[in-house]
Amino acid sequence: MSLLSMENVTGGYGEADILHSVSLQVNPKEIVVIVGPNGAGKSTAMKAVFGLLRLRSGRIQFDGQDITNWKPDRVVRRGICFVPQTDNVFPSLSVQENLEMGAFVRDDDIRPAMERVFELFPPLREKRRQAAGTLSGGQRQMVAMGRALMLEPKLLLLDEPTAGLSPIFIDQIFEIVKQVNATGIGILMVEQNAKQALAIANRGYVMAQGSNRHEGSGEELLADREVAEMFLGG
Amino acid sequence: MELLQLLIYGVVLGSVIALGAIGVSLTFGILGFANFSHGDLMSVGAYIALVFFTTLSWPLWIALPIAMIAAAGLAVVIDRSLYRWFRGRQTVILLISSFGVALILRALVQMIWGPDTITYQTGIQMPYRFAGLRIRPDQVTILLCCVALVVAVHLFLQRTKMGKAMRAMADNPNLARLSGIDTERVILWTWILGGGLAGAAGVFLGLDTRLHPEMGWTLLLPIFAAVILGGIGKPYGAIVGGLVIGIAQEASAYVISPAYKPAVAFAILVIMLIFRPTGLFAGRSVV
Amino acid sequence: MELAGLLTYGIFFLTLVGIYGLLALGLNVQWGYAGMLNIGVAAFFTVGAYTSAIITTAASSGHLGGFALPVPVGLLAAMFLSGVLALAIGLITLRLRSDYLAIASIGIAEIVRLVLKNEGWLTGGVRGMAGIPRPFQGWIPGYDALLFLALVVFCVVLIYWANERAWRSPWGRVLRAIRENEAAARAMGKNSLVFRLQAFVLGAVVMGLAGALYAHFVRFISPEAFNPLFATFLVWVMLIAGGSGNNRGALLGAFAIWAVWSVTEIMVTRLPEDLVTRAGALRVLLIGVLLQVILLVRPQGMLPERPPRRERQEE
Repeated sequence: MSLLSMENVTGGYGEADILHSVSLQVNPKEIVVIVGPNGAGKSTAMKAVFGLLRLRSGRIQFDGQDITNWKPDRVVRRGICFVPQTDNVFPSLSVQENLEMGAFVRDDDIRPAMERVFELFPPLREKRRQAAGTLSGGQRQMVAMGRALMLEPKLLLLDEPTAGLSPIFIDQIFEIVKQVNATGIGILMVEQNAKQALAIANRGYVMAQGSNRHEGSGEELLADREVAEMFLGG
Repeated sequence: MELLQLLIYGVVLGSVIALGAIGVSLTFGILGFANFSHGDLMSVGAYIALVFFTTLSWPLWIALPIAMIAAAGLAVVIDRSLYRWFRGRQTVILLISSFGVALILRALVQMIWGPDTITYQTGIQMPYRFAGLRIRPDQVTILLCCVALVVAVHLFLQRTKMGKAMRAMADNPNLARLSGIDTERVILWTWILGGGLAGAAGVFLGLDTRLHPEMGWTLLLPIFAAVILGGIGKPYGAIVGGLVIGIAQEASAYVISPAYKPAVAFAILVIMLIFRPTGLFAGRSVV
Repeated sequence: MELAGLLTYGIFFLTLVGIYGLLALGLNVQWGYAGMLNIGVAAFFTVGAYTSAIITTAASSGHLGGFALPVPVGLLAAMFLSGVLALAIGLITLRLRSDYLAIASIGIAEIVRLVLKNEGWLTGGVRGMAGIPRPFQGWIPGYDALLFLALVVFCVVLIYWANERAWRSPWGRVLRAIRENEAAARAMGKNSLVFRLQAFVLGAVVMGLAGALYAHFVRFISPEAFNPLFATFLVWVMLIAGGSGNNRGALLGAFAIWAVWSVTEIMVTRLPEDLVTRAGALRVLLIGVLLQVILLVRPQGMLPERPPRRERQEE
């Protein structure tokens, strides 16, 4: 059974719909990538999962439960965490406090979770007392992901985690995504660096104009000539 | 020497402004609007203390907490009955509503206590003197209480989960929501904190000067200046901003007519808006 | 006698409705059209009133004056100075979020109030300024109040017409677009800022005109009449109650709220002496509560904003 499934989701922020009958699935422990041109509704699709969108029709199920139109804090408690593309840290809070905020809904001992985040992102351990706003772009992205991992979610949603980063950091981020996934966490990711992302993905979806057009394994999509021409820049 | 004396007065006034500014800065950061009713909430706090401190002759250390609790409760009631319904709509609606709340509160004060100037205690206090400087016992009380309150606020913001969540939400309300932070509960505690401090600030303002229905309103402009100086959503910046504005206002009496003290706050505000609208401490942590 | 009294009161009432209507129309350009939060309407109203008063009065030891220029010159000067003040504030706060404009505008209103109270040589201080000439005095004996009302109505009609034209013009369309997306407008750069600045200044000019008319109507002005309650808050309640973005709404709001305000005043004056001040506060309280109820229940006002009909291409 799939971990997350969106079925024929239609909706938008206001009057106009942005998503038109979008369907996609994430199986447990999978990395799934959504690619497509700007304005295709990729990020919007992820926000729909997180209850940030008004859905007019369709259903979203997670781990055997219907979570359609749940509020974000309820979705978080259920085991999905979301890392937005921008403004994804609390700049004036220290790194450690950022991680604590990720675990806000937990009342148990969060030290093991924090320890795991520090193991995953060693640079953060030394900078734990530093304000997140003073870190470099790559480290900030680590804080953002670390914050999301503090709840030990079953599924992590990443919105363009490499946007605006230099090539070295991009490789680093994809490496981290693989590591996180290796701990058993499913990942749904929107990416501009389509080729690199599909290379580490189990499966991928190509979205355009608010609906999904193609679906297949990472290799299949990379090999598909039509997809390559349309969306991967030849 | 004269300037040093003015500096003392400036620190006293600055502490009062700072207490008010903490609440305005936090609600500005968290709810996204400049709360125009904060000054009048201070007035309410001052007048509530009047009942216990002057009318009933209870000691200040009982009257002050009562005023703080009452102001905090009032802030929560206003939020639950009005502001809450405007969340999700344009934040300017909140601003306009708070402007109306300011007048409602002031009208209430005038109806209950009348339009005239009142003092907590009659009679002249002998100031302490040292090295040619004077400071009244009331002012010493104000300073000590302000320091204690600021330390308490600091511990709350740094050590408690709710305090951290409050700073987080003032930093980035959207991310706070995405992190699963119970934003309504944070908002509730922000009003309790901001309202309580406003109540205390009102009492101190009344102690330092006199009570008048417009006392809080006239302090609103210096408070806004302090908030913008310190950076919106930054409680520590608000404290520094409050002290700077207070000292600048009092020290200005050295150069210009004391009647124009509020204009000094405005001048600083305008200079900030032109050159550094994000505040003095933008981009780096204040602590 | 009773009838004549009623008539006199009616003229008095309508003149003030007209003056408040002008303020509401001015605010409508700023807030309704351009989404700019001016919480310092009082500043522009005051500057207008005092400017025209100083320019048109005879010499007095109590304040600056003695120019004794004709009333139209006073009106123009009032509009000009209000506009200049708005230009200064606008230039400072334009590229910032609307909250900053609100804060800066309240600041300027407070400064104006301080100057009013403290600069006796200029404004007469708390004693105020008396002997402000009313136009048409003695033109047709006994009818000068009516003639003045006609002047006010003329101004209201003129500004209403200009506002309506502006609403339908490309200029109005751009303003609405900017209002709908402030962030995008700020990113758009200079041009959109110029549009907003124009709206802010034009609104302030109308407020200055209202102030000048007020001064010539009541003929005695003192800081009392220019506190933020009368000159800012009531105007906001009028515009929101009537319907921001709708000029007819602004005028209807001015009429309705001034009627409420006047009726409560009549009720209050019947009370025993010692209760009058407190009851005055009760009136403010009522208006404050009224505003909250409108914001909660009918935020679009009595006459909601309507997009202009597709009319023939102008220009």
